[in-house]
Amino acid sequence: METALKVKTMADFMAAGTQPEILFWVGSAGSFDDRAKKISKAFVKILNKAEVDFAVLGTEESSTGDVAKRAGNEFLFQMQAMMNIELLNGYEVKRIVTCDPHSYNTLKNEYPSLGGNYEVVHHTEFIKELLDKGRLQLEGSALAGKRITFHDPCYLGRANSVYDAPREVLSKAKAKLVEMKRHKQTALCCGAGGAQMFKEPEKGDMDVNVLRTQDALATNPEIIATGCPYCNTMMTDGIKAHEKEASVSVWDVAELIAQAAAL
Amino acid sequence: MLSSIVFIVLFLAAVGFFTRNVRRLVRNIKLGRDVKVDDNKPQRMQNMLRIALGQSKMTVRPVAGLLHIVVYVGFIIINIEMLEIVLDGIMGTHRLFLDFIGPSVYGVLIGAFEILALLVLVSVIVFWVRRNIIRLQRFIKPEMKGWPKNDGNLILYFEMVLMSLFLIMNATDPAFQALESGNVVSGFIAPLFNGMEAGTVHLIERSAWWLHIVGILIFLNYLYYSKHLHIILAFPNTYYGKVSPKGQLDNLDAVTNEVKMMMDPDADPYAMPEEGDTAEEPAKFGASDVMDLNWVQLLNAYTCTECGRCTSECPANQTGKKLSPRKIMMDTRDRLEEVGRNIDANKGEFKPDDKQLLGDYITHEELWACTTCNACTQACPVSIDPLSIIVEMRRYLVMEESAAPTELNNMMSNIENNGAPWPYNQMDRLNWVNE
Repeated sequence: METALKVKTMADFMAAGTQPEILFWVGSAGSFDDRAKKISKAFVKILNKAEVDFAVLGTEESSTGDVAKRAGNEFLFQMQAMMNIELLNGYEVKRIVTCDPHSYNTLKNEYPSLGGNYEVVHHTEFIKELLDKGRLQLEGSALAGKRITFHDPCYLGRANSVYDAPREVLSKAKAKLVEMKRHKQTALCCGAGGAQMFKEPEKGDMDVNVLRTQDALATNPEIIATGCPYCNTMMTDGIKAHEKEASVSVWDVAELIAQAAAL
Repeated sequence: MLSSIVFIVLFLAAVGFFTRNVRRLVRNIKLGRDVKVDDNKPQRMQNMLRIALGQSKMTVRPVAGLLHIVVYVGFIIINIEMLEIVLDGIMGTHRLFLDFIGPSVYGVLIGAFEILALLVLVSVIVFWVRRNIIRLQRFIKPEMKGWPKNDGNLILYFEMVLMSLFLIMNATDPAFQALESGNVVSGFIAPLFNGMEAGTVHLIERSAWWLHIVGILIFLNYLYYSKHLHIILAFPNTYYGKVSPKGQLDNLDAVTNEVKMMMDPDADPYAMPEEGDTAEEPAKFGASDVMDLNWVQLLNAYTCTECGRCTSECPANQTGKKLSPRKIMMDTRDRLEEVGRNIDANKGEFKPDDKQLLGDYITHEELWACTTCNACTQACPVSIDPLSIIVEMRRYLVMEESAAPTELNNMMSNIENNGAPWPYNQMDRLNWVNE
């Protein structure tokens, strides 16, 4: 039987009069989306294994407002942002890690001018840190020699110039990384950003995720890795559209690292 | 003497007309809202030097990038020769610098100009072939029909003719050819005129000289009516371009004030503005017309040279959607020009014309197709930001007109009601741990 996940809330820490090392911002997808919940769990397994003293906000967490902002609803965004900032500042949060590049971008870049100043890291950066410091060992060989292509999430890559952390982490797990023709700065979007995740696409001759999956499949991978719950959904749907779900699977970097660490 | 007077009159007229157009350009750009861009000066200077002067983003596409650098370097270097041509024109002299610097140095200079002129000529012909024979995708998109297509070709014809005239004028100058210094290209053209009478050759030389300088003065004044303005505006545009992370959108201050008031339990919603409180209620949230955009966005629009790198990288455009970031910029510029003409026609006042950027130029469908992925801003060789205009117009649609697609309205009311884009209870946020 799986060992139970150890997850404490900021309120728990507060009650004990202590501060966690880092706050894990789960995000709406990580909390509610069935596929993304598995990513949250995999990441918590890693945190537990590395004995990271982390907290979540739990039922006090609320949407960052990122998607409302991209849809044009600046009011709703700032309402959400200010509520969250009040909460985060009340808990004296200093450092935040999240598996969602959209939350990452908003917390890191758009909260400061509203009074929310935190050090924000993406989970792939945090995992790299754990590996570099020897807090996490990759004992298993689940990824050894596996052909993996990494799809850059726009809000991690182009938006914030984080390209290397996810690749380095996968390399450390001895994966055989293969790059798509368009990668890093020129990576094609999965099609979910800018609130597209929540609406039907405009009329066209193809869906963006199908085109992007085509890029990925051209590398003849066993695994498509990504670092965003929305990219994950889009690429998974893309694989189905190409009828390749039997031979190619889509995983988050956290899930792959959890496998490589035999968790 | 007469020729000097004719030259001076032509030259002053050209410079005067150009100045008038620059004034108009500056006035139009200033129709935009103010925006804070006095930060990060060293970074901005570095961006300008690297991206505009150093052409760093052009070479991402090696063929076009290399050819463009040839034309760019040629343009700048050959312009040194303009100094001699203008002085000759004013003073009625011929090859004024020859006596000053001596035939060998003069020869090196003109030789360099001739080589560059030939390279520019070749590059421009390749550009023409790419546009008209190979018909590269990005040059034949729907927004490139009509004037934009002709504009692109006209610029190339201008450059072909100017470079040819420069070489012909050197080739038909027997005294210059006799120097055997600097005629590295024109020396091969000169024999074509061998059988002609000296008078005829001189007439050709004079015609080429005059057509060349008049052509340049016309080209200078053509800029304002053309996408070619980028040769000047690329510099301020890269300086004022975005210096924050690409993912960062601005937070609207006007909204911040209102939200703070809503969240402050002590705020009196009926309070009168304090004495001396000059913070005015903004006319509207977001942008429906060019005057609602900020002046950097308007500068962006005039800087765009319609290369289409943004559009060819855009995921929406690649999958057949109507959105084209280049069209967003072209529409913004065309509407701004229309507003400018309106102001000119109405003695300096804009007379409402029942038109606006949103709807009459840019459709809702285009705006909602954007994934905000920043492929366009990454691709732009001169730091134009079409995404910021798209977001500004979405803000208008949502906050002023409540005109978001239904699914997005549902998503937003979910966030309002339960703090997530889906209809799940906030109290269930931690359930995943034990599922």
